[in-house]
This record gives sequence, structure tokens and C-alpha cells, in this order.
Amino acid sequence: MSLTKISENPKPGSTIFSPELAARFDKLVTLYPVRRSALIPMLLYAQDEIGYVSDAAIAEIAQRLDLTVLDVRNVLSYYSMLRTNPIGKYNVQVCTNISCMVRGGQELFQHCKKRLGIGHKQTTSDGIFSLEEVECIGACSWAPAVQVNYDFHENLTPEAMDALLDEYRSKAGQ
Amino acid sequence: MADVTLTVDGKTITAPAGTLLLEACRKVGIEIPAFCYYPGLSLQAACRMCLVRIEKMPKLQTACTTPVAEGMIVSTETDEIKQARKAMLELVLANHPLDCPVCDAGGECELQDMTFKYGAGGSQFVEIKNHREEQQWSPVVFFDRPRCILCYRCVRVCNEGMDVAALGIQQRNVGSVIAPNDITSLDCEQCGMCIDICPVGALTSDTYRYKTRPWEMTHVGTICTHCGDGCKTTLGVRRSDDGMQIVRGDNRDKSGLNGEFLCVKGRYAFDFANSSERLTQPLVRQPNGEFATVSWEDAIKVVAKRFRAARDERGGRSIGVIGSTRITNEEAYLLQKIARSAFGTNNIDHHRTTDYVGIVRALDGQKNRFASIADAGSAPAILILGNDPTEQHPLLAWNVRTNVRHNGARIYLANHRKIKLHRQAKSFIQIPADGYEAFAHFLGGDEASSFGADAIALRDSLRQEQNLLIVFGSELRGTAISALVKFGFSLPDTKFACLGDYVNSRGAADMGLYPDLLPGYQPIHGNSAIRAEYGDGIPRESGLDLAQMFEAAARNELAALYVVGDDPVERLGIAEETLHNTFLVVQDMFMTATAKLADVVLPTANLYEKSGTVTNTFGDLQLVKKAADRAGVRTDLELIVRIADTMGEDVHTLVPFGKGVRADMGQSRGAQSGEADRHGIWLAAHNLEPKLSPFDPNALLDEIQRLVPGYDFDRLDLLGGTSQQVQPAGDGLIGISQLADRPDGILPSGDTLFTSGTLGHYSEKLNEVEVFQTKKSMVAAD
Repeated sequence: MSLTKISENPKPGSTIFSPELAARFDKLVTLYPVRRSALIPMLLYAQDEIGYVSDAAIAEIAQRLDLTVLDVRNVLSYYSMLRTNPIGKYNVQVCTNISCMVRGGQELFQHCKKRLGIGHKQTTSDGIFSLEEVECIGACSWAPAVQVNYDFHENLTPEAMDALLDEYRSKAGQ
Repeated sequence: MADVTLTVDGKTITAPAGTLLLEACRKVGIEIPAFCYYPGLSLQAACRMCLVRIEKMPKLQTACTTPVAEGMIVSTETDEIKQARKAMLELVLANHPLDCPVCDAGGECELQDMTFKYGAGGSQFVEIKNHREEQQWSPVVFFDRPRCILCYRCVRVCNEGMDVAALGIQQRNVGSVIAPNDITSLDCEQCGMCIDICPVGALTSDTYRYKTRPWEMTHVGTICTHCGDGCKTTLGVRRSDDGMQIVRGDNRDKSGLNGEFLCVKGRYAFDFANSSERLTQPLVRQPNGEFATVSWEDAIKVVAKRFRAARDERGGRSIGVIGSTRITNEEAYLLQKIARSAFGTNNIDHHRTTDYVGIVRALDGQKNRFASIADAGSAPAILILGNDPTEQHPLLAWNVRTNVRHNGARIYLANHRKIKLHRQAKSFIQIPADGYEAFAHFLGGDEASSFGADAIALRDSLRQEQNLLIVFGSELRGTAISALVKFGFSLPDTKFACLGDYVNSRGAADMGLYPDLLPGYQPIHGNSAIRAEYGDGIPRESGLDLAQMFEAAARNELAALYVVGDDPVERLGIAEETLHNTFLVVQDMFMTATAKLADVVLPTANLYEKSGTVTNTFGDLQLVKKAADRAGVRTDLELIVRIADTMGEDVHTLVPFGKGVRADMGQSRGAQSGEADRHGIWLAAHNLEPKLSPFDPNALLDEIQRLVPGYDFDRLDLLGGTSQQVQPAGDGLIGISQLADRPDGILPSGDTLFTSGTLGHYSEKLNEVEVFQTKKSMVAAD
């Protein structure tokens, strides 16, 4: 039987993360009363480094926290900002929650769909953009707002959005 | 804790402080509905069905998470609460398909009951229900996602009860879904507890799904025929073309010594009984070397004639008898009785899987030193040496885990492998595979042993324990057991348990299937009540053990060999020519390797098709009830009696039946032939039923209770369904210590969760699960 395989899978000591991130994880698990409290930050940092939470990352995080892979997946699948598949270089997250909606967020999202030729949670064929319709990102005062990766862009119009996308596209080529 | 008094629905009730309101109400007969609450598991408060109104609290409260408090005034069934529950059900039913007419759970579904009770038949939802196709997660587990009501019971029983953690919850809110650990399949112990505990039909088993409805089966609670723990399994049987077929095994009524627990074998490995490979006609080898089917009368005549000839011409010593670890106590007892009193031989043995004689000898003269399997669930501290209970004694492992979870029991483990129970252990040490005896001496204070600091720490902690339960496997035998017992005696009130492999391994040992011991471990050469009863025809010298019988056969010294329910040829790799000059009679369900060499093969009933008693490895004796039936087979009990009768033996001496009463009250006819199922429990309990048939196991139980030391338990209690603990150690075993040098002849089966000796070969489901799980571990090893 292989009931314990889950946490035995990756070889102890080896890591798929960069030395810096591995060191950060080593410290992170000591910061909480229980190890598993480090799970969500670890998933986020892993995603930032790899682009998504890969199977290998799940296995290593499970091992680091003495959890089963299933435990990690249970938490991982709960949060919509954590993903298990690669996406485009720039993740365009358009808010359509109330404040943004009344200030044209929905139109902005439709515009992005048309402009990029992709729908919700889809990626352009050149791998530069992914598009996502999201709930409140806490930028209501400057609605409508869009978050691209970790950067906020506010008070947008379709024209401003076009300029923004062009800017990112040219950045992607560099 | 101190009691508190509260008022529920106008009734004043009292419960210990800390009791959950829901439990306190159930105790006094006020049923509060709940899907997610399950006794013994952690609290979830997910289903909101147990909402009650507690005065001075602003909102309805969940009774499953509210502890009782002094002066609390509670209502459990007002219009407001009914409305709340009805609304909850409407939400639960929003996506739940209305496929009750084809659902396995239909008729025993908690959601169905609640919907009926609260009249939540209608719905304000007009949206189309989300449907997902059913998924097969393993050879035994299927998942129908839309039926799931997200009560988390399966997740908790798998995590907490089984410590397997193969199920989790993924996604969130309306998209929440139960997920298996291997993405799309389950890598687990395949116990089926998740299916059993599911309040609806979301988790179903491959063996039962779409087969029948609960009310179309007869449900018979009997004892699982596999490992030595002796769990109660309730078999659902249904009439088939050739008898009564087993359709389902579970223990949903939570009775018996296993409570709600059953493992993969108890739940699914009954299918050997329905196997098309079953033998249903007696076979006699013809002069041309081929088997021919003959009538029962002819077959028994051949057997009786040849046995009588062997005895009369070459003496009792030329006959060997091999019994089984899966027959009832009554059959085992009768088998040794016919061997000793009719054949005149002590050449009788069985497949020994652990050293019961060793523990009985070590505890000779002691009282109340044998543990019941229930003690594993309540002892404050347990030392487990050898064995792997998770694989070989799943109920023991379950009890140990439960004990740790509920009572904080301290578990000490010493094993040569890192067994799964180490996760529950307070201390675990790994010792060499051949180091158990040295370790037993080390525990007793032998400082010369080379065990490390961990072992010394473990021993120091053990020395602080009282009411310790010591459980050991077949790794410890003879002098190792004596050393361990000596250590146990140095602590206050230690109890012991010895782990054997099969359902009636202990019973076979207790009933004297030994060449040198009479029933109750009484030495063969001494004078005993049994010798007085059987007559002094029993030889006083020890007979041949199992291995010696085959050696004798090879030397042409064994004229006849009578094998009842065992397959020594396969197990020991006996060469075909060994038995060339031995008349071999085999009673079995299947054409085993031994049966293939036989001169006569008599097809028999299995444990699910007979009545009687069995004793688990802890000494808990339980009632076996006839559930299934297969046309063409007979019980071993009936066959032994018929052979003795045809040999010219006095059946009345062999089986104390009749007692002068002459009437046919139906026991000897029809489907109940040879059984006592229809006797009134009260009559049976008070020894008043007539026992008209020599095939009545109760008649033999009378004699066992009279003659076998330790078996003088309360019969009424047994018939009422409670297990009885038998304690063979006691007076009357004088002389057993002289047997210290006997060869133990032990061959542990090495079974895993997914194998079960020869019988396991014939369970398709068990084999399927084994292949499935083996593939999983191969993937894991990559």
C-alpha cells in the first residue's frame, strides 16, 4: 500500500524553487504556531515564481508542511487567485463589482474581450495576455479599475485601456 | 462533570455539563435531525438541520455544537423550526436529483426521510439542476456528485476514523465537491466507511449499486469469515436460482463488537460465496483416476467404509485429521471428538498462525488476564509488539485509533517495520525482525540486550503504566511470550492479547485441534473430564502434527487423511506423490490444490451459510447466524455426523441431542435443515429447546460449555447478540507447562488488507482491489 507516498514523493532536501524562495519558505514555516498556517503564503509565492502552482510545487509544499497533496489541493482550489495552469505573461483582471460596474466596468470588460479576442479565464495565442473578470479589488474610489498582475490601473476608459494594453504588449517584446 | 438541568420542549432533562444539546436530547428520546453530525467524529455544523430555538438567544442555534447549560430552555419542533428545516432542505435539494427510484440509498436515505418528514416536496427553484456524470474512484467506490449534500461525514471518517485522509473538499460554495486523493481515483484502504456513512446515495459501492432495494433483502447479522477480529457483518441476502445469495455486507446498525466499523473484507469479500466455482456435488475418484459426481449417500458410504477399514486394519494412528480456522467452534469440537473417540487417533491439527498455547501456558493459573477486543478501545495504554494491525487486524487498528482520539490513550509500538499505527504512537521503536524475544527480555529488565536509548525511554514510560494492554503478533512465541508475560506481571493489572490470523483460529485452538491438547488446552496424557466423557479409548500419547502427517504419508504410514476446510497442499507445497497411498477426503467449497489430490471431495457450506459460534483472536465468542444458502452443499457439522453415523458410531454419544423427545418440528426439513434458526431464543438460552437434530450446533454448544474450561459464559446474553469473552487460562490446565519443548508449528499467513488465505483467491472483488492498490503503490515507488 502506498498511503504515505504523498509526503515521501519529493526527495527531502531537494527543491524546485529558487534558493531565495526556498530560504524564505524555510523561515516561513517557523513563524506560525502550526506549520500549515504557512500554506496560503507559500502557494502565492510559489505561483509568483513559477507562474502557476504546478504539481511539483504542490508536492514540495505538502512535504514542507507535513500535509498530504490532497490537503494542499483542498485549500488551493478554494481560492480563485491561485491557479494550477500557466497563463499569459500579463493577467488582466477587470473588476465588474458594483462601483466599477456603475462606472463602466462591464463595458470595459466587454471591450477587453473584443480587443484581445479572448474570454473570461482565457489566454491569447501569443501567450502575452490572459483576461479575467474579477470581484472587488478594493479600488472603488477610482472605479473602474483593472489589475494587471500586481499593478493597479484606475479611472479607465476603453481608450485608456487600449493604450494600456499596447504599452504592455510593447513591454512584452523587450 | 457535574450535571446540568435544562428544559427541552417543556420536559426537564438532566445531562452532564459539556454534553452536546443534540446528544442530550437523543438520550431522552427527542430526535433532532442532522446530516453532518456524527457521533465520535469532529463537529461540522454544515447542514443546519439541527437548528433549535434557545430562549434568550437571538437566532436559531445548531444543537450539534451547543453544549447544554444550566437553565437552558429549548424548543426543537416549533413552526419556526420546521420552516427553517424545510428551507434548508429546499436548498439541499436545489441540485439533488430526484432519482430515488433508482438510487441505492432509496428506502434508507436520511435526506428522503427528512424531506418526507418536513414536507419539502416542492421547490421554488426553477433552474435546471446541475448534473455531473458518476465517477468510479476504485473497484469498490463510486461517486455521484449531484447527490452529495456536502455533510463532510465521509471526509471526516476517512481522516479521523481511518487516518487515511483519502477524501477532501475542493472548490467552494455551490461548486464544492468531495475529491479523492489521487486526482480521479482513490488510493486508500478501500474500507468503504465513506459509503457506509454517507447519509444519501452520493457514495455507492460497486458490489451493491443498482442490484436491489433494501426492503427486498433479508438482513442477517453474522460474523465476517476473514480475519481474526471477528467483526459483525450484516449480510443482505436475496433469493436466487440456487439458494439465498448475498448481495451486500455492512454494519449499518452499529451493533456487535465492531460498532460501525468494517473493513474491505467484511464489506465486500463475501462474493466467494456466490462464486460460480463453488462445488455443489460430491465427487469420488474413479478407478480411471477421474472424478465422478455421485449422490451424497454414495460419497459418504465410500468415506465411512474406507475410514473404518483404515482404523480397523491399520489402527487409529494411521488416520490423520486436519481441521480449519474458518469452521465454527461446534464443528471444530466435533471434529476432534470424532478423531479421538471414533477414529481413535490424536493425529489432529490445523493451520496454526500464532502461539495460543504459548500465551495460555504463560497465563496458566491466572484469572482475567485475557483482553477483549473492546479493551483496545478503552485501555489507557497499549503496547503492540509485532504484527501490522492496519493490514491484519483492521478492527484492532480502528479501536486503537479511536481510543487515541477520544481518550488520549498512550500507544507504545515496537516493530521491525514502520507500520502505519506509528502515527498514533506515543513512542515507536524499530527493532530487528529477529529481535522480538530479546526485546521481551529487555522489557523484563535484561540489561545485556543491545537496545538503544529510545528503547530504554519506552521501557521507562511503560513502567509507569497500569491497566496496560499488551498485544502481540506471531513474531513472539514460546519463551518470548513467557518473558513478555513476566514483564506484564510486573505492572498492575496488565492484560494480554495474542493475534492469530483467521476468524476462528482461536476457536480451533480452544477446541483442541492439536495433536497433544484436548479442548481447552488440556494435555492429552492427563485425566480430564473430557477423557472421562469420551471413554478411555483416546490414545494417551500425542499424535502427529500437520507436517508430521505428510511425512507419515510420504512413508506410506498414513492410510487416510481427512481434511476439513483447509488447503495444506497449497500452503506447504506438498508434492502430489506424497499422498499417493493415502485415502484423502476433502471437505471444501472449492477445488483447492488439496481437493485436486483427493479421493473424495465433499462440497461444504461456508461460515455465512451455517449457524454456531466462533471465537475471535481476543477470545470474544459470538453467534454465527445462517444468512446465505447454496443448493447442493452441506455444513461440515452435518457431514462429520453423517460420516460417523455411516461408520457405525453412536450419534447420540457424539452429539448430545434428542434427550428422549421425539417430534419433527420442522428443523430437519427444507431450507432450515440442520439448523436451529427458528428455535425461540428464550428456549435456547435456558437449555429448554428439544435439539431434535444431531445437526443442531446448540446441542454441541451444551457439551462445549460443560466440558471446555473457560467456555461457561452466559448463554442468554450470547443469544441476545452480545459477544462473550472466554478465558481459557484457569484451573484444569495442569501439565501444560510440561509441553514447553513442543514444536510450535506456526506458519503466519502474512495476509494483507486485500488477501485472505486460500479463501481470498475466490473473492473476485478482493482480487480486483488488490490489483488496483498494487498498481497504485508501483506508481508511488517510481
